[in-house]
Amino acid sequence: MTGNKIAQRDYYGKALSCLAGTNPNVVVLDADLADSTKTSEFRKIAPERFIEIGIAEQNMIGTASGLAASGKTVFASTFAVFASGRCWEQIRLAVAYPKLNVKIVATHCGISVGEDGASHQALEDIALMRVLPNMTVISPADAYETYAATKAIADFNGPVYMRLGRSEFPAVTDENAEFVIGRASVLREGTDVTLVGTGQMVALCIEAAEALREDGIDAEVINMSTIKPFDTETLGKSLNKTGSLVTAEEHSIIGGLGSAAAEFLSREMPVPLEMIGTKDTFGESGAPDQLFKKYGLTPEDIAEAAKRSLARKRKLES
Amino acid sequence: MMCSVVAMSYTTEELEEKANLLRLDVIEATSEAKSGHPGGSLSSADLMAALYFSVMKHDPANPSWEDRDRFVLSKGHAAPVLYAALAESGYFPPEELMTLRKMGSRLQGHPVRGKTPGVEMSTGSLGQGLSMACGIALAGKIDGKDYKTFCLMGDGELQSGQNWEAAMLAHHYRLGSLIAFVDRNRLQITGNTECAMSLDPLPDKWKAFGWNVIIIDGHSMIQILEACSKARQSETNPTVIILNTVKGKGVSFMENNPEFHGKVCKAGEKNLAIKELRCGM
Repeated sequence: MTGNKIAQRDYYGKALSCLAGTNPNVVVLDADLADSTKTSEFRKIAPERFIEIGIAEQNMIGTASGLAASGKTVFASTFAVFASGRCWEQIRLAVAYPKLNVKIVATHCGISVGEDGASHQALEDIALMRVLPNMTVISPADAYETYAATKAIADFNGPVYMRLGRSEFPAVTDENAEFVIGRASVLREGTDVTLVGTGQMVALCIEAAEALREDGIDAEVINMSTIKPFDTETLGKSLNKTGSLVTAEEHSIIGGLGSAAAEFLSREMPVPLEMIGTKDTFGESGAPDQLFKKYGLTPEDIAEAAKRSLARKRKLES
Repeated sequence: MMCSVVAMSYTTEELEEKANLLRLDVIEATSEAKSGHPGGSLSSADLMAALYFSVMKHDPANPSWEDRDRFVLSKGHAAPVLYAALAESGYFPPEELMTLRKMGSRLQGHPVRGKTPGVEMSTGSLGQGLSMACGIALAGKIDGKDYKTFCLMGDGELQSGQNWEAAMLAHHYRLGSLIAFVDRNRLQITGNTECAMSLDPLPDKWKAFGWNVIIIDGHSMIQILEACSKARQSETNPTVIILNTVKGKGVSFMENNPEFHGKVCKAGEKNLAIKELRCGM
């Protein structure tokens, strides 16, 4: 049910355990974090197709590429910091370049990792993966969408990076909705300003939209669950109506969702853009809600950014 | 399935001639390209001739035959000798070797999966091929196939840690179908491997990781064939064959000369090299 607080990784595990029964071609790799990433759910059902790699992410990617080259659909999981950074060049050469069927599903993205601190908070992974040719980048809005996306990427032939959160947060999508790679969805219609979120920031965009309504501002909310390919059609349609934009991501504003939007805007439809995300900084230890406040990722921050974006639009119009 | 698997019908002498043919191809192609890595290609030529004309079960007419033995060139810069072996065994016309490294060619500077018939994996960034070979061998194990996976590494690239992650995995999962080779020519760009970052005692390192270790003269066709035959029989442990080789082997002025790691023959040198290699045929 929408509003339920569920962790994305739990539904990733759920989807994998379903795939264990339905798709004999799926092989799952993990680097000593199966209980955290929830690939352990797959291991329970198909231990013969689960490969523990140990703490060796570079080797995990190389091994994944060899398995994929031999016809397997490979899921390789670990924390987002390691999955995107530790083995970036391995992903580039062994997976992206030969366009192999490897799904890198990274959990524990962003500062919502909390107390573990900056070493474990991936705020750069979207940028690192988005720049790779042949790579599809997915960041589902909640647990339900994670489940559907896991099934969708298993059926898709090619390299995928999917980023998931650690903590529980409210579901915003329909539990039975189909996931289409590359298609964004409008969760709330509005006419004044467009709020585009990805990952758990989508839920916060909805909260911000509710708050903006109190101030008489009608915000549209889009869930950009695929970062690459970027759904410029859905975004463009919304911006034709609203003419101002806020992007919100639990990621650096350099190279992520905001940058992808800016690339599109500057090329095709320059409208005021305000970006919510971390600002060229590392995170730190703390409770997730404290960190969201300190790093400017709260619904209030999004609402303020919406007002700024809207004011810039009105200034241009006057 | 009907397959014109390359027959193991060549004599040792004929295989030595094939090795020389591959060396000629390497000199011709890299000279034509005016760039490339002839030194490490020449040191691997005997092994490559043995693999593609005798040891490996493969079918140039059907590169995706699912029961074929697989080969991964971890030392991707030796692409010229891989391309030569593929061309001379029938994957594509040998004339195409002259397009090496040129715009639009299927023969890229380093091997690319999906671009060149017979190339299994994309390599070129060192230290990654053994992991890929582990994945291929694991897939064979999961599917109950009996193909072998071969992987040729340079010695210098063993300085990269990922190889040892892969070595651990291959033993842990008892990948007896995995056969690795180390082209131990003792030279890397900087110079002697033992001066750059020492690898010795190299056999002990592999033994400590649980591998069968065979050490041979990498230019002796008989020793290569015997070692491969022995390695094929391993049921549980992966095998590494350390090939003591000479970088630039076969051309006097290129032998043991680190300059020819990434430098090709000039016009006069090329003619001399070809003359020397023809004499050896």
